[in-house]
Amino acid sequence: MAANGGRFAALSRWFDERFPGHKLIREHVSEYYAPKNFNFWYYFGSLALVVLVIQIVSGIFLAMSYTPSDTEAFQSIEYIMREVEWGWLIRYLHSTGASAFFVVIYLHMFRALLYGSYKYPRELVWIIGMLIYVALMAEGFFGYVLPWGNMSYWGAQVIVSLFSAIPGIGDGLAEWIRGDYSISDITLNRFFALHVVAVPLLLVFLVVAHILALHEVGSNNPDGVEIKERKNPDGTPLDGIPFHPYYTYKDLVGTGVFLILFCGIVFFEPTFGGLFLEHPNFEPANPLNTPEHIAPVWYFTPYYAILRAVPDKLAGALLMGFAILVFFFLPWLDRCKVKSIRYRGWVYKAFLTAFAVSFLALMYLGLQPAQGIYVTFARIFTVIYFAFFLLMPIYTRYEKTKTVPDRVTFHAHA
Amino acid sequence: MRMRRAAFVLLTLMASAAVASEGGGESWQKWVADTDITSTASLQRGARNFVNYCLGCHSLQYVRFSQVGEDLGLTEEQVKANLMFTGERPQDYMLSTMPPADAERWFGRAPPDLSLVARAKGGDHVYRFLKTFYLDESKPTGVNNLALENAAMPHVLADLQGVQKAVFVLEKQHEGGQDKMLRRFDHFEQVSPGRLSEEEYNAFVKDIVNFLDYVSEPVRVERESLGIWVILFLLVFTGFAWALKKEIWKDVH
Repeated sequence: MAANGGRFAALSRWFDERFPGHKLIREHVSEYYAPKNFNFWYYFGSLALVVLVIQIVSGIFLAMSYTPSDTEAFQSIEYIMREVEWGWLIRYLHSTGASAFFVVIYLHMFRALLYGSYKYPRELVWIIGMLIYVALMAEGFFGYVLPWGNMSYWGAQVIVSLFSAIPGIGDGLAEWIRGDYSISDITLNRFFALHVVAVPLLLVFLVVAHILALHEVGSNNPDGVEIKERKNPDGTPLDGIPFHPYYTYKDLVGTGVFLILFCGIVFFEPTFGGLFLEHPNFEPANPLNTPEHIAPVWYFTPYYAILRAVPDKLAGALLMGFAILVFFFLPWLDRCKVKSIRYRGWVYKAFLTAFAVSFLALMYLGLQPAQGIYVTFARIFTVIYFAFFLLMPIYTRYEKTKTVPDRVTFHAHA
Repeated sequence: MRMRRAAFVLLTLMASAAVASEGGGESWQKWVADTDITSTASLQRGARNFVNYCLGCHSLQYVRFSQVGEDLGLTEEQVKANLMFTGERPQDYMLSTMPPADAERWFGRAPPDLSLVARAKGGDHVYRFLKTFYLDESKPTGVNNLALENAAMPHVLADLQGVQKAVFVLEKQHEGGQDKMLRRFDHFEQVSPGRLSEEEYNAFVKDIVNFLDYVSEPVRVERESLGIWVILFLLVFTGFAWALKKEIWKDVH
C-alpha cells in the first residue's frame, strides 16, 4: 500500500515538473475562492457547462450516422431515430439540449442583470460571455438546418435572405453565404462543417476564456460586495469558500434537479408541443412548398419579432442586429455605482421588470403570424426593449440607492 | 394599405370566432381520434387496415415489416400472412408498388409517404380527413374533403363508410367592409350506406390513425416506460447529492 502510494506520488511529481496540472486544479477549483452567498441564480453557469458537454458528446454520436446531403439528410435523421441503437435517445438529448442551452444561458444572463455582474471589474467577463451567446446563436442556427426538414429549409432561406437587404453588396453576400442562389446541398454541407467543427471550437475557446477572466477578477454575488476587499490573515477572502468541495457539491444538486427536468422532456415530451421540434420539420425540405407560417425556433423569436416590427426589411434587420449588439455596451450604459438589485432604486427595478416582460412578450409574438394586433404589440415591446438600454445612462445616474453592506449576507441553514 | 390589411385580418378573425361560437352545424374541426398507442390490439387492426386500404398507394418508407411485427407482438408467419401480399421479405421497408410517375399521371400528384404524417399533421387531422369525404361532382374523383380541400385522393374507404353529401348553408358575413354570402358547412347526409355502421367506421379509422401514430415514432412506448426509471434514478441521485451537500456545507457559517 505504502509502496503503491509512494509510486503514485513519484508519478505525480514527474507530471508536476512537466505540466501545471495540480496548479491549474488549485487555482481554478480547490483554491478558487467564491463568495459563500450564491443563491438560485448561480446554478446556471455550471449548468451551461453541463449542457455544453451533453451537446458535444451527443453531437459526436449523431455525426457518426448523419449524412449532410440534400437527398439523404432527412432520411439519415429518421434512420438515427428508428434503426441506430439508442439513436432516438441521442437525437432527443441533442435537440432538447439545444433548447436547454438557451434556457440556461438566458437565465445566466438575467442573473448578470439582477446583480450587476457586468460592471467593473467584470466587463470583459461579460463581453466574452456575450461572444459566447452570439456563437451559440450561430451554432443553433446551423444545427437547425441540418435535419433538412421543411422548416429548416425555409427558416434558413428567410434568415440568409436578410443579408440581401444590405444595399449594394447584399445579394452577393447572401449568395456567398449560401454558396448558391438558394439554400442547397452546398449550403447544407458548409453549415454542417461550421456546426460540427468551426463554431464548437470557437465556443470551447471562448468558454475557457470566460472562466479564466472570471477567476482573474473573482465572482460577483447577490449582494454585489467585492469579497476580495476583506481578507483573512492568510490572504483568503473572509466571505469566500473554496469552489471545491463547496460549490462542486452544491452544483451537483443543481445538476440533479436540472437533469430531472431535462430528462422529463427528453423521455416524455421531446417535441415540447412543437416548440423544441416543430411539426413542419417532420416533412422533408421542399423548395416548392412554403410552410403556411415561417417562424424560427423559440430562442430566436424575440429578435424575429423585432425584425418584423419594422416595415422596412433593411431597417428591421439592422434593428435586430442592434438588439443583440446593445448588450455588449451594458457595462458602460449603466452609470449606477451599486451592483446588486438588492440595493438599487425602484427605477432600475421597474426598467428591468419591463425589459424582462418585453423579452418574453417578443418571444411569444415572434412565434405568431405578423398580422394585426401582433405587430402593434411587437412595436410597443420593441420600444420598451430599447428604452431599457438607451435610457439607462439617464435613469441610472440619478438612481436613489440603499447602503451596500461591507460583508455579504449569509444565513447558514441549520 | 398595411393598416387596412391588418384591419381586414382582425375582422375575419372576429368573424370566424363568431361562427365558431354560434355552433350551428356539426363541428368536425373538433373531432379527435383519441387513440391509445399502448393498445396492441388496436395497432394490429390498424396495421391490417393500412396494408389493405392504404399501402397500395402510400408507402411507409422508413418502416420495416419485421419492425412492425416485433413491436406489435406478431410472429414472422403472422406478419407474412396478414401484412405482406406482394412477395416482400420481412426486413423490407413497407413500400407502395405503384410507380410514382403513373401515380402523378393518375392523381395529379404522387401520394405522399405516410411514415411521419402523424407527427407532421397530427393524428386528429388524419382522423378528420378520413371522415369528411363528401360528394362533389366538380372533382375528377367525384369527392371533395372538408379537412383537406380539393384533395387529390379518391374516397377509398367509401365502400366501408358509404357515400355522404355535405350540406352547406349560405351565411352573410362581413368581410373587407362589405357583406358577403359565404358557404358554411352544416351537416352530412348519408346518400348510400356502407358496409360498416358509423361506430364501426369510426373505430376502423381510429385504428388506422393509431397505427400511423405508432409508425411516426415506433420507440415512443419504450421511451416513456424507460423514462420512468431514468427519472426515479435521478430523484434518488439528487437526494444523495443534496444530503452530501448539506453535510459538506455544515462548517460554513
